Amino acid sequence: MGIYLPIAEISVNIFVLLAMGAAVGFLSGMFGVGGGFLITPLLIFYNIPPAIAVATGANQVIASSFSGALSHVKRGTLDFKLGGVLLAGGIVGSTGGIFVFGFLRRLGQLDLFISLLYVVLLGTVGGLMLVESVNALRATRSGAAPVLKKSGQHNWIHRLPLKMRFRASKLFVSVIPVLGLGAGIGFLSSIMGVGGGFIMVPALIYLLKVPTNVVIGTSLFQIIFTSAYTTLVHATTNQTVDVMLAFLLMAGGVAGAQYGAKAGQRLRGEQLRALLALLVLAVAFRLAIDLFVTPPSLYSLSGVDPT
Amino acid sequence: MADFRAFLAAASLSLFAAASPARAQTPATENIQIGLSTDHVSITAGFSGADLTIFGSLENADPRVARQGRYDIVVVLEGPARPVVVRRKDRVLGIWINLESETFENVPVSYSVATTRPLQDVTDPNSYKQLSLGAANIYMQPADDGDSPATIQEFTAALRERKTATGLYSVNVGGVQFLSQNLFRATVRLAPNVPVGTHKARAFLFKSGLFIKESSAQLEIRKSGFEQSIFRVAHDFSFLYGVFAVSLAMLTGWLGRLVFRKD
Repeated sequence: MGIYLPIAEISVNIFVLLAMGAAVGFLSGMFGVGGGFLITPLLIFYNIPPAIAVATGANQVIASSFSGALSHVKRGTLDFKLGGVLLAGGIVGSTGGIFVFGFLRRLGQLDLFISLLYVVLLGTVGGLMLVESVNALRATRSGAAPVLKKSGQHNWIHRLPLKMRFRASKLFVSVIPVLGLGAGIGFLSSIMGVGGGFIMVPALIYLLKVPTNVVIGTSLFQIIFTSAYTTLVHATTNQTVDVMLAFLLMAGGVAGAQYGAKAGQRLRGEQLRALLALLVLAVAFRLAIDLFVTPPSLYSLSGVDPT
Repeated sequence: MADFRAFLAAASLSLFAAASPARAQTPATENIQIGLSTDHVSITAGFSGADLTIFGSLENADPRVARQGRYDIVVVLEGPARPVVVRRKDRVLGIWINLESETFENVPVSYSVATTRPLQDVTDPNSYKQLSLGAANIYMQPADDGDSPATIQEFTAALRERKTATGLYSVNVGGVQFLSQNLFRATVRLAPNVPVGTHKARAFLFKSGLFIKESSAQLEIRKSGFEQSIFRVAHDFSFLYGVFAVSLAMLTGWLGRLVFRKD
């Protein structure tokens, strides 16, 4: 069944989008990530213009992170104070990102920049995750106890000034890295249409030493607001949010996420991470191919922005 | 559902032409008329392209010339003109990057042609050039005159090629048919991404390769339907639209948890 997307201005198959949303939702539920980093490239592969894929991806991320954050509020595994500081940074980063987005679009380099950013980021994160999880898998197979990173050990981040106490996270740390991390994620959110959970979660654990149980809830909390802000600004400045497209993805996504979360409980942590790493690398690889393959036409047309 | 057909009605049939006594001495010059029954066409959001039929009449036709098939008609439906940027990708370190670009002012967004016979059989290239008739003969004004003629030529050609590839510029050979000696029907193609706005329909009459007369009419193409309302709201009330998009996402997330909850 075809449906016409009002903002993307193309006809698409409604079931393909629902299935896409459900599949990504399933994976995001399974791995505990927002899924924005999969949705946006998938939309680009499905011939949705990258600018619209990014803005709509940000809109879709709100739904999955909101539904995820609700269950963390219920379980009390959400640090509102830490989330709030991350968010303050996020708003600044996101505003900067939107500005860069509009600038690149006028230059005609937006599509390239989005693809490059995806390839580099997904390639790096996927690669690191694969190495880490394969090592962990090997360690468990050989029977050796997994080597834990010594906690409580302070790195340079803990020597920065302007310290603040985050009670729920049992943390006493400078606000500078927290704001910086929030800003970085906000920037990526507005340029890539991702929530940024796949960077935020490891950063909170390894850099700020936030206890693992509050990490996901807190990250989801900040992602709701950053992506809501990103969606709003994209809607007002670039008019690239397609609600029709976003709604179909969300509808499939929230359903898939709940089943994915259940399926995820049956797999072991290292196996999950290895699978996710392979998936991330596959997406990066597919995007990279498009950068190098000779396009069918070297020329492209675009309208002139009134600005 | 995309099938719509706008019949643009036949204009006055020239019945009196044949009865005119003056015709016996000096043959009156032929005249061409196209008439549109409506000044606007609404297309729905799911529009996937269609044929637009335009009727017209040929007045004072010489029956002898008509019998020999030496009257030719070219009908053009030209969309609104807008500025366009043409970009060329080049390989930098193995990656294809948009490098060179050229901006053109006032390029017709769409240009659909219907003809009685292949364009090269109707008249010679010079006449087309004088009439600026045909996609190859529309003058495209570059925004920056300083660029070299070779560059401008290259990008103009690329612009035409892309427009043709996306179906916005099309030629329907045999799309104009004589229904009788005086009445003809032209079928021009509307691409799925036909632009909204004022389109100009023009009909050119040729007799044995010579241009005789031109007639034109205007047509407004509008989009209608639910999707179009969304588009309008997104552009006119973009902040409220954004608030709505965010609220919808939160509502969906909350409902999804209620309905599909597994914990």
